[in-house]
Amino acid sequence: MTEIRFSKDHEWIRLDGDVATVGITDHAQSALGDVVFVELPEAGRHVDAGEGCAVVESVKAASDVYAPLSGTVTEANGALADEPGMVNAQAESGAWFFRMTLDDRAAFDALLTADDYQAFLATL
Amino acid sequence: MADSALLTVPLDALHRSLGARMVDFAGYDMPVQYDGIIAEHLHCRAQAALFDVSHMGQAVLEGPDAAAALERVVTGDIRGLKPGRQRYTLLMNARGGIVDDLMVANLGDRLLLVLNAGRKDVDVAHIRAHLPETVVLTTQFDRALLALQGPEAGAVLAALAPDAAAMRFMDARETSASGIPVTITRSGYTGEDGFEIGLPAADAETLARALLADPRVKPAGLGARDSLRLEAGLPLYGNDIDETRDPISAGLGFAIGKTRKMGWDFLGGDAARAVHDAGPRERLVGLRADGRAPVRAGAELRDAAGQPVGRITSGTFGPSVNGPVALGYVRADCAADGSTLIAGLRGRDIGMTVVPLPFVPHRYHR
Repeated sequence: MTEIRFSKDHEWIRLDGDVATVGITDHAQSALGDVVFVELPEAGRHVDAGEGCAVVESVKAASDVYAPLSGTVTEANGALADEPGMVNAQAESGAWFFRMTLDDRAAFDALLTADDYQAFLATL
Repeated sequence: MADSALLTVPLDALHRSLGARMVDFAGYDMPVQYDGIIAEHLHCRAQAALFDVSHMGQAVLEGPDAAAALERVVTGDIRGLKPGRQRYTLLMNARGGIVDDLMVANLGDRLLLVLNAGRKDVDVAHIRAHLPETVVLTTQFDRALLALQGPEAGAVLAALAPDAAAMRFMDARETSASGIPVTITRSGYTGEDGFEIGLPAADAETLARALLADPRVKPAGLGARDSLRLEAGLPLYGNDIDETRDPISAGLGFAIGKTRKMGWDFLGGDAARAVHDAGPRERLVGLRADGRAPVRAGAELRDAAGQPVGRITSGTFGPSVNGPVALGYVRADCAADGSTLIAGLRGRDIGMTVVPLPFVPHRYHR
């Protein structure tokens, strides 16, 4: 079963079995503007929730992407290196950043639902 | 700074209606982008882009010997500037540092100055402090300034201002566009052919809409303005030049007029001459980074032995170059074209190469 949650750092997290796929939201890509470079974590790296683990460079600025959950990175999306503009065009689909196994499944459930995230955006 | 404290430009409502994203720049609420920086940048190089640069300061210098008076504080040959011509020049402090870089146009009976937004108040006080009583500097900071830039700019503007067609790079004319009295110079900050058009604030939206009605013209914000000027190798005041940097180190020796280099008789001229004669300790150079990650202002530059030799002062992704481009000061012995350096980026070493400027050839209408 697939479930999707969101973070207040504007990431989406899709859980398929034991593997979580992480990307940035459409709101985030829109705020960043044209993405020209993405730096991704290497497979095997353990990250703690809130730890900076990826960087998105737009024309204007570099922005950190934080691990939404603690766990171990299993795979990064190599397509983004060749085509960083995918982040703008397909933020919530093809332009996923990395996949990870989670230390604690319960932490996933504590993230924002789609409705929660939309409500959160409305407060910004 | 709170939004309520921001100054607005005359085209504020137009920017918002065009979907601009607004940011604080030098105390003004300014459009940073509309459709996206890359699209706006590439459109400027391909056709024509309209920028609102009304935050810049226009000022008029009048009186007998106004040109000679201005020469006391700037590097350029202003007395030799013919009516109808414009020149890039540097406003200097007593230590040989750059107070601002500015454009001066000879409009026949007066000189028109265009000053950087973040420096205009400093500039006016500085210039006035060195003027004789008979020469008067009058600010026109409420006037609007539009920049139409790109290879189609000439054809676009000629349809509204026929006098523009005969102008060449760095010409200045008082004429009318769509019936509005304007001051036009054929110059800009993109490396492309183009114009800067000064006009009363009340008429700015009318002219901007007339220009945007041409299908070749799209609005562009400060984001594209910055990437365009960086690809063109043009320094940004506050990043690449400031009061601690002299014209020679900044690679702006061309802005010191030939006649001025005989006497160096401008404020700070002795200090600038000393750098000229001895050679600068550091030079502002163009730098290309290996890979695609932009190396930005503030990044330290090292030589192969790991010794610090300089710092990036401007860095971004150049859409026309399709790669990272930067300007930075490096120790003179590392400043030759082809020199390889290393920049630190998030704990990694990025190879950098000193390259000739500009990154993208200028296409002025000479």
